[in-house]
Amino acid sequence: MSSPTAGPTAPRAPLAPLAPTAPTALLARLVGFARALRAAGVDAGPDRVQAMVAALAELDLAREHDVYWAGRLTLCAGPDDLPRYDRVFAGWFGGERPDPLRRVPVVRIPREVAVPGGDDARADPGDPSTAATASPQEVLRHRDVSALNAAERAELNRLLALLAAPAPLRSSRRLRPDARGPLDPRRTVREMLERGGEPARLRRHRRSQRSRRMVLLLDVSGSMAPYADTLLRFAHACVRQRPRTEVFTVGTRLTRITRELAARDADAALAAVSATVPDWSGGTRLGGELKAFLDRYGQRGTARGAVVVLASDGWERGDPALLAEQMARLHRLAHRVVWVNPHKAREGYRPLTAGMAAALPHVDDFVSGHSLAALERLTALVSQGGVRRA
Amino acid sequence: MQRLKIPGVDGPDDLAARLDSCGYLADDGLATAAYLAVRMGRPLFLEGEAGVGKTALAQALAQVLDAPLIRLQCYEGLDAAQALYDWDFPRQLLHLRAAEAAGVHDVEAIERDLYDRRFLVARPLLQALETSPSVLLVDEIDRADDEFEAFLLEVLSDFTISVPELGTVRATTPPLVVLTSNRTREVHDALKRRCLYHWLEHPGFDREVAIIRRRLPEASEKLAADVARAAQALRGQGLLKPPGVAESLDWAEALLALGADELDPDRAARTLGAVLKYREDQERVRAAGLQVLVP
Repeated sequence: MSSPTAGPTAPRAPLAPLAPTAPTALLARLVGFARALRAAGVDAGPDRVQAMVAALAELDLAREHDVYWAGRLTLCAGPDDLPRYDRVFAGWFGGERPDPLRRVPVVRIPREVAVPGGDDARADPGDPSTAATASPQEVLRHRDVSALNAAERAELNRLLALLAAPAPLRSSRRLRPDARGPLDPRRTVREMLERGGEPARLRRHRRSQRSRRMVLLLDVSGSMAPYADTLLRFAHACVRQRPRTEVFTVGTRLTRITRELAARDADAALAAVSATVPDWSGGTRLGGELKAFLDRYGQRGTARGAVVVLASDGWERGDPALLAEQMARLHRLAHRVVWVNPHKAREGYRPLTAGMAAALPHVDDFVSGHSLAALERLTALVSQGGVRRA
Repeated sequence: MQRLKIPGVDGPDDLAARLDSCGYLADDGLATAAYLAVRMGRPLFLEGEAGVGKTALAQALAQVLDAPLIRLQCYEGLDAAQALYDWDFPRQLLHLRAAEAAGVHDVEAIERDLYDRRFLVARPLLQALETSPSVLLVDEIDRADDEFEAFLLEVLSDFTISVPELGTVRATTPPLVVLTSNRTREVHDALKRRCLYHWLEHPGFDREVAIIRRRLPEASEKLAADVARAAQALRGQGLLKPPGVAESLDWAEALLALGADELDPDRAARTLGAVLKYREDQERVRAAGLQVLVP
């Protein structure tokens, strides 16, 4: 768990006090500080800066400590912001140079767009699968995404964005007026009141349905690299269509990317994701990552009653026993656990990797998700998530 | 609208001292947050592990302000009728019947009477606006649905509630609002932007000893130090539910009830249920040996 630090780091040389500066110069300095924060990924908008100025008016400007807290209380919005804030604060007011935070995006963003059903979608004439009579789109639906060329990929991305599935439902605590169901005393009595106290028709209500939360955990380690782009686009389509979806990447560091994926445009969202995720194509410590997810989010409620989709090939570098333990924990919390392994579609595949073998007893559904058709099957599976184990 | 004032408090340090006298030990960051919340009239948004003292802070602030604490516990399905106000329909109906039986024929008067303030049941948010000064605790906001958040935002931005049949209720002095969240989901930015955000950490060793001593004056210095040290060690073990301050207080209380003045492996084993609430955690700690927790 990335623990937010408790206060300004160890005693430093005293900073140039803010107090004697002219008000405009002071303001300029604070605005500059907010800009540096925004560059580091903290959403410190103008209204938040105003709040900081108002907070400073109540405190002692000459004390570094007060400046630190005035900023932290008003400019930050979550525990993830706190380490960034500490780093930028140390840099801006303490003369230290912050580490560069931005990374070069690595996600492929196609430039040209293929014509749907056009000739260029049929790329490799030597490929036996394209020789059949099926339409190019139909063939594309079943091809392994790791083997596509740029044009096919662009077409796939377009189809992925259209992938729609109703969210799985669960019973809500909220009651809705209904023709049948238990008696609704409040509405019945109100209706009687409207009629001057005369007995009226009995009103009824019943529990409404609500969409179940969906959580996607995507492995972005090196062995999953050929599928990362497609899975992220799939996640983007899910986030756009279902409001209660949470997405995380796992690899060597757990990263929450729900916010980045909320952008309307898939390419923009993916660029934002690649700038955020620090561990592209690294190794996999799935057990440890899963533990981090459950500790920080899952057990508090994110995984409770949710449909959890884990996309990974199960190449675990850490201890498989830890993975088994954490999968059991996840299985107890979640409504349904779906494991997506793109390698499952390969001929002769058997789940023999230590990680996969350790995880499988705690998985409700084990699917492939290597092609568009497989992802469609996955959405259908997730949509009827309310049927089993209700 | 007036701002809340606490006489004799001129800065975070003063407020920390006042909280201290109410039995709540706040560190600099928390004292600054609470001070700014009072002075700027902004809600205080507290996040942190369970059992670090989020709710207790609201109680202590109510004591410092000498104001009633009004609590709104959030849950899924919470709606306006449970958070704001509700008309007491059965009583209205009775009133109507009684008026009829008494032979009152002034229709307008009956209608006016029917929507009188006395038939309005005030729920926490309306109560907090009508009582000033007051401290409003909106507990576990992340449990309410997001529709409720939007609605809370409206109330918190201008501290008024309009009842169509009665008119607008406005707070003379806005209540001090404390929101807590356990982060089961991300609370909407618009709500957070209105608030001062503070992340509460587990206290350090010295502060935890002081908290135990303050809350349980009967506990010996040695017992408090032993429990705090063991709790700090447990937090570093990657348990399913690391103990919060609330758990170490429970533990110390349980040990006190057994007449202990220090922590020993036998008593630790018997009272482990006060501090670890998962079977897996207990097994793990037992397997590692309880001796390691005892100095």
